[in-house]
Amino acid sequence: MDLEFSPADIAFREEARAFIAENYPAHLRAKADEGEELAKEDFLAWHRILAEKGWVAPAWPTQYGGPGWTTTQRYIWSEELARADTIPIMPFGINMVGPVIYTFGTAEQKARFLPRILSGDDWWCQGYSEPGAGSDLASLRTRAVRDGDHYIVNGQKTWTTLAQHADWGFFLVRTDPDAKQQEGISFLLIDMKTPGITVRPIITLGGEHEVNEVWLEDVRVPVENRIYEENKGWTCAKFLLAHERTGIAGVARSKRGVERIKTIARAEMDGDRPLIANAFFKRKIAELEMDLTALEFTELRTLASEAAGRGPGPESSLLKIKGTEIQQRLTELALEAVGHYGAPYFRGFPTGDNATPIGPDYAHRAAPTYFNGRKTSIYGGSNEIQRNIIAKMVLGL
Amino acid sequence: MDFSFNETQQMLRDTLARYLADTYDFDTRRKWIAGEAGRDPGIWRALATELGILGAPFAEAHGGLGGGAVENMIVMEQLGEAIAIEPYLQTVVIGGGALKAVGGAVADSVIPQIIAGDAVIAFAYAEPQGRYELSNLRTTARRDGAGWVLNGHKAVVYGAPWATHLLVTARTGGGQRDADGIGLFLVEANRPGIVRRDYPTVDGFRASEVYFEQCAVGAEALLGGEGDALPLIEQVVDEAVAALCAEATGVMRRLHTGTMDYAKQRKQFGRAIADFQVLQHRLVDMFMEVEQAVSMTLMATLRLGLPAAERSAAVSQAKARIGRGLRFTGQSAVQIHGGIGITDELAIGHYFKRATMIEGQFGSVDHHLARYEALALAD
Ligand SMILES: Cc1cc2nc3c(=O)[nH]c(=O)nc-3n(C[C@H](O)[C@H](O)[C@H](O)COP(=O)(O)OP(=O)(O)OC[C@H]3O[C@@H](n4cnc5c(N)ncnc54)[C@H](O)[C@@H]3O)c2cc1C
Ligand SMILES: Cc1cc2nc3c(=O)[nH]c(=O)nc-3n(C[C@H](O)[C@H](O)[C@H](O)COP(=O)(O)OP(=O)(O)OC[C@H]3O[C@@H](n4cnc5c(N)ncnc54)[C@H](O)[C@@H]3O)c2cc1C
Repeated sequence: MDLEFSPADIAFREEARAFIAENYPAHLRAKADEGEELAKEDFLAWHRILAEKGWVAPAWPTQYGGPGWTTTQRYIWSEELARADTIPIMPFGINMVGPVIYTFGTAEQKARFLPRILSGDDWWCQGYSEPGAGSDLASLRTRAVRDGDHYIVNGQKTWTTLAQHADWGFFLVRTDPDAKQQEGISFLLIDMKTPGITVRPIITLGGEHEVNEVWLEDVRVPVENRIYEENKGWTCAKFLLAHERTGIAGVARSKRGVERIKTIARAEMDGDRPLIANAFFKRKIAELEMDLTALEFTELRTLASEAAGRGPGPESSLLKIKGTEIQQRLTELALEAVGHYGAPYFRGFPTGDNATPIGPDYAHRAAPTYFNGRKTSIYGGSNEIQRNIIAKMVLGL
Repeated sequence: MDFSFNETQQMLRDTLARYLADTYDFDTRRKWIAGEAGRDPGIWRALATELGILGAPFAEAHGGLGGGAVENMIVMEQLGEAIAIEPYLQTVVIGGGALKAVGGAVADSVIPQIIAGDAVIAFAYAEPQGRYELSNLRTTARRDGAGWVLNGHKAVVYGAPWATHLLVTARTGGGQRDADGIGLFLVEANRPGIVRRDYPTVDGFRASEVYFEQCAVGAEALLGGEGDALPLIEQVVDEAVAALCAEATGVMRRLHTGTMDYAKQRKQFGRAIADFQVLQHRLVDMFMEVEQAVSMTLMATLRLGLPAAERSAAVSQAKARIGRGLRFTGQSAVQIHGGIGITDELAIGHYFKRATMIEGQFGSVDHHLARYEALALAD
């Protein structure tokens, strides 16, 4: 048992770090620093660079275009991305539907969809949740009725992240209304340009257009776009949720977040000293770092057992709960740190002009980020649901 | 001991509650905020003339209703329930409070204007470097003949775009953080030498960065003595914090009741989510926070008349306790709503945003705990 990286891992870390330093687009860094909303092209710019290098899908098997990294290398890679504060790679294709397709899809489906996920040619969205089916996902009602070699889909999805950019969506639909809830669901890939699909924005508390309602009205979907067997979609759905939860701990990004807070607290004055010298505030940072270390080593244990061939189990719920709690506390601390300048609302009025700036740049997104960050304990299975999962699956209650 | 309202107070509360219920629904508020002015000035006028409540804490000699801090508490709690963006705190509690305290000719002239709805005041006290420290001032007031010349930058002045007057703290002498050498000035907002940069705030108000550039004001602008205004400012801010606590109780109550209503009606797994014990307990904890906020607000309000150290200790205890309650109640409300809690469409998120801003306004939990320690736990 040891904590050190091997020489090979250290060499890999150097390589990864150098690659990011040389290739991460400068304009993206500037935009992210300004707290600007990222456009589709911004996400894709970095995606394409990584795709070209063959590094965009670290977890994929080599036969489908993965880099063939060990678990440790993947860990190092995510650390390096966070360290460089790169924008995230959208998870819907790479982390979610991709693994479903290579695990459950036919040879044709793999050949058709996987390369375009890797290249970034197709942007994916996740059509699971419905107005009446949130935590109770299996109660979903969007209906797919077989009509020859098509399904005709009717229903409504909601909270669909960045569906306004999406070329394709993976949807859970009910194909057998008479079966037991989980047993009548199928997993469909739907071209978002199909007639009958309407995407409407939902604006969230920070003013972002990040989620959408998706209405489906007599949408014709070829049967060949169904993954796995009819009425067996829940198997894919559960597999995907497990994948969604790994990495949700976000340890490396939270470490960056702590550093960012330290930077703010060094710049902000509290009387005649910087805020970081304030004993109350310093204690909160220390507690956060302590909890982050506990999370990090819990994640490392999970990774180690994954490397030993045991897949992510219900323990990943622990990572989700603790990881999101830490992410939320980071946003709380940032907002506390900026004091009065948490109040100005910058969306919709210029910041980059020649007018005198309103407060320090790091304050501009503190409040919206705090508001928006409340989502992390709600989505991906709420933290209450995660606790239910641990109670049932881990503790056997 | 008697915590009940008298008949006039009861009436004040009922009248305002009814008026706000009729006029201040969430969608209308939202329309005002999105508009160019950021509010409907007609509401302020109505509060002055139709309801006559802007005189609530002022003496009858000035045309007021003869009330005081309790009346402010009643009004602010109702405004909180409606997440109203009316500048009552700045104009009546703070501006009016300062004028009441200094009295004299300025008070005789401006208080009736406040009561009539003609004078709207914004409090320009915070500075970019100063955090929550009231004496941390770089803005200067230099004597110039009989009058003064103001220079400096005031940060995030709530309500400044709407104001007819600015209440300004400035250094007449001393070092940046000295307790001595601070003056309090009441200045017409359209005075030459005042430059504003206006913007909306995340909780629906309008605010400004206010720059004083060789702004000349008359001798009468100085409220109270030259250089000894800090005790007055501390008193006025304590009164403001007590009123803010009252607003917080209104906001928190709505966060709680709104969430209860939602939880009873939202069904998942074939039953109302309010049936899940973990959510029930959280709703109970929110309820306890609301009740304690009410208690702390009363406590602080009723102690505003005590000597400065006791008054400030009481106010800081209340603000710190309520600050915690605001965060817990706001976050719980959003969590129990699930996804819909973080949308802009629902009122609950806007209560959460206001709750969050109150938490920091006039000092965070940490600030007030430290202040309490300094006042009450000296070793
Ligand atoms: C920003 C954001 C992005 C999202 N992106 C997507 C997306 O791309 N695709 C997609 O399909 N979905 C997405 N979602 C939806 C997300 O998965 C749901 O919001 C989530 O599953 C919760 O469902 P709900 O919002 O309906 O809340 P509800 O299920 O109504 O829950 C309300 C409250 O009740 C609690 N609760 C429910 N059941 C129980 C129980 N049994 N025991 C205890 N407490 C319970 C919940 O924890 C929560 O606090 C997104 C959500 C958000 C906020
Ligand atoms: C110091 C002391 C003095 C006492 N004096 C007296 C006395 O003078 N006269 C007298 O009659 N009794 C007395 N009691 C007994 C006391 O009332 C019981 O201990 C109490 O009612 C809890 O019962 P229990 O110990 O059997 O625990 P249990 O009822 O078995 O509870 C165990 C745990 O389960 C939890 N729990 C139980 N039901 C639920 C539920 N529905 N939902 C959520 N959680 C639940 C409890 O909160 C507790 O955490 C005393 C107890 C103590 C410790």
